[in-house]
Amino acid sequence: MKNDISTPVKREDVSEKLLGTACYIGDLKLEDMMYARTLRSTEPRARLISIKYPEMPLGYFVVDRKDVPGKNIIKMIIDDQPYFAEDIVNYIGEPIALIVGKDKTIINELISKTNIEYEKIKPIFSIDERHETTTPIYGDSNTFAAYRLKKGDISEARAKARYICEDIYETGYQEQFYMETQGVIAEYQEGKATIYGSIQCPYYVKNAVVECLGCAPDMVRIVQATTGGAFGGKEDYPSLLAGQAICAAIKVNKPVCLLLERDEDLEVTTKRHPSRIKIKSFIDENHKILGMDAEIMLDAGAYAGLSGVVLQRAMFAIAGVYNIENIKVKGRAIATNKAVSGAFRGFGSPQAFFAIEMHMQNVAKKLRIDPLQFRLDNILKQGDKSTTGGVFRDKILLHEMVARVMEMSNYAEKKRSFQGSDNQKRRGLGLSMFFHGCGFTGNGERDHIKGKARLIKNEEDIVEILIANVEMGQGAGTTMRKIVSAALDIPISRVMYRNPDTDRVPDSGPTVASRTTVIVGKLVYDAAVELKAKWQQGVQQQAEIEYQYPEGYQWDNESFAGDAYTSYSWGVNVVDVEVDTITYESEIKGVWAVFDIGKSIDDRNVKGQIDGGIVQGLGYGAMEVMENVGGRFKQRTSADYIIPTAMDIPMIQSELMCEPYTEGPFGAKGLGELSLVGSPIAYAMAVEDALGIRINSIPVRPEFLMEVAENDKRNHFKTKR
Amino acid sequence: MINEITLRLNGETRTLDVNPLKRLLDVLREDCGLSGIKEGCGEGECGACSVLIDGVFMNACLYPVGKAEGKEVITIEGLVGTENYEVLKESFEQAGAVQCGFCSPGMIMAAESLLRKNPHPTEHQIREAISGNLCRCTGYNMIVEAVQLASKRGEGLW
Repeated sequence: MKNDISTPVKREDVSEKLLGTACYIGDLKLEDMMYARTLRSTEPRARLISIKYPEMPLGYFVVDRKDVPGKNIIKMIIDDQPYFAEDIVNYIGEPIALIVGKDKTIINELISKTNIEYEKIKPIFSIDERHETTTPIYGDSNTFAAYRLKKGDISEARAKARYICEDIYETGYQEQFYMETQGVIAEYQEGKATIYGSIQCPYYVKNAVVECLGCAPDMVRIVQATTGGAFGGKEDYPSLLAGQAICAAIKVNKPVCLLLERDEDLEVTTKRHPSRIKIKSFIDENHKILGMDAEIMLDAGAYAGLSGVVLQRAMFAIAGVYNIENIKVKGRAIATNKAVSGAFRGFGSPQAFFAIEMHMQNVAKKLRIDPLQFRLDNILKQGDKSTTGGVFRDKILLHEMVARVMEMSNYAEKKRSFQGSDNQKRRGLGLSMFFHGCGFTGNGERDHIKGKARLIKNEEDIVEILIANVEMGQGAGTTMRKIVSAALDIPISRVMYRNPDTDRVPDSGPTVASRTTVIVGKLVYDAAVELKAKWQQGVQQQAEIEYQYPEGYQWDNESFAGDAYTSYSWGVNVVDVEVDTITYESEIKGVWAVFDIGKSIDDRNVKGQIDGGIVQGLGYGAMEVMENVGGRFKQRTSADYIIPTAMDIPMIQSELMCEPYTEGPFGAKGLGELSLVGSPIAYAMAVEDALGIRINSIPVRPEFLMEVAENDKRNHFKTKR
Repeated sequence: MINEITLRLNGETRTLDVNPLKRLLDVLREDCGLSGIKEGCGEGECGACSVLIDGVFMNACLYPVGKAEGKEVITIEGLVGTENYEVLKESFEQAGAVQCGFCSPGMIMAAESLLRKNPHPTEHQIREAISGNLCRCTGYNMIVEAVQLASKRGEGLW
């Protein structure tokens, strides 16, 4: 009997990672390689008046904007961010130049001896200042993106409403804190630029370097090194490093290694967007939500980066898992003089789901009805329409998932036993429901990415998968090999996957948006089916497939109308916490989760994504604090920015339910981001439950709980009813 | 300042001409060509550079090489080939304890160090033992399970 594809197989990359022989970018040494470090702005916003470098010793060089052969603008969505500052700096840490040479200590000395004269410009630090500024960082209104979304008739909902409830929610920064910091090595030989790097998106880097050099596309080659985690942090930022390093390599005529140190990486690379979200909902006498009016503001940092797309995902997720027929959403990504906010697992969706889930809970409390029942009564079902009017075509298993997670967590009995406690330590439970739209938002897959995947079979009948998607720890290499092996019905040992090299692989798109399995996996599957049909033993053959937008779906990017995503994965999480009412510290006592990700391609990899995402989410909700004061991050070292350790986390009980997606490989849907979305919400709700208070921002810090307690006149928490 | 430093590295006696203040991490990676030891933070927070020095579990990024004079240093490369390593490797593989792999050699060192002192640790003791080693991919539980598995499988080894 053939194994089910969900049955775990051995991961090919594990052995060398354990041995310590896997070659991460910091392990790669090229002959005559030079090192580069970055001279950075120490001002949040200023005009550069002059830069006085110390005398460069022989073999040491300054590389700056004058050394960019092509465009000194990083190719992204909006052309605003330079590789090296021109005459203005917009955030503390913005790169001005590289100092390149053989010895890192000497480079550091040279940097410390460099004097920069600035003329300060009034900076903008918060999203509130947008209205006051007369000197916007970007455009006239200081926003990188401003969108509106409408479904149904919000004024009718308002007119018919019996209850109106309005809340404001805030979420903070989150740093990806991949264990391996960012880095690239650039080499320039006979007119050909090669970049080795810790990256998620080889073709993003390639397209950026082509514009930076102003050269033909075939003169740029990008090779992914073994990548020590990314989580979105290595989606767009590596393009900046690659462009800088290749300019340096050309100038010094030697390979150049640009590797960030941890503190530097924490301070200057992209982070999750802080958000402020206002939700006003209109509810009738039967407690049905008639409509919702929402406003989302994202703190985008100094340059546009991916903020517009992050904002879209947040807007499309703002109704959560609820069927709300009349919706109006306004969204803005606002420029501030801080490091650029960017991609991080979830991409706008964790902010939106936190707001809507906490809001629903609060509405029910105000109406004095059971919150979970109220939420379940308003839940989406098959055939309902999404925020953008797209139809949820597949069955939605949320009711079954909630029932199962309650059974697993012994929810009802715990809830009873936790009530009415006067102990110093109080227990509480939270339950979150959420989805993630798989693949690029809107027309991304169809009009921008148009992914291609290729399989090549050699004379020994070994099949190699040629795609641009990377293994960054999540298990993509194993997933792809399993798909091809199953589709071709050959042993997995006869299927190869290597780190992408743009000279060998077609552009199957970036490794982002939970698209690798569901979109690229399907391309790879289809290529395997084609190869199987023409299979000739002992003959070299290949098959290539290009993405086809599935039939029956539609999207209009002007009006944001239609199917924002072609498939959705779903999740339900329960968190049990114990909060000490004297120290305000909380301990996570249990986590339970049920997910519908369609068909699981490898149960062990899937569990790895579930556990890892949930813990990253708990970090986001409970402990990861990053504050910016006056343009400077207060948490600048790994000692200050606290992420979860093994001591902070209990065993996580998770199960899968399966509503397959017909267009996914073997019915698979996306997973990578979904697993992070629900745990911060369930955690915050659990703390609310334990203390009988309202929480409207994350991370939930002991200091915040203390403040709430001190505001309470009796100076202690109310016993729960 | 360059001094002659003699230490035992993974079972071999090595004499190095180095600045005694140079971090052991850099000496191992740059002067000894060992790539299994990683720099994750350089501040003693993440444990990616974990080694055993005279049997004591240490962060090599906070350890000046001069202090290692006359001592025995064991890195992941020194464990490879031992029966202990084989058991740990299989257990890590089977439990799904490795994703991006950057923390993995350090985690193996933490597990080895724990099992040497306590061959039958409880879940809590395992969590404590690896709490100085950060991992951002797995959420730790599969690593905890891997150490439990190794403890069971390697009965009598430690």
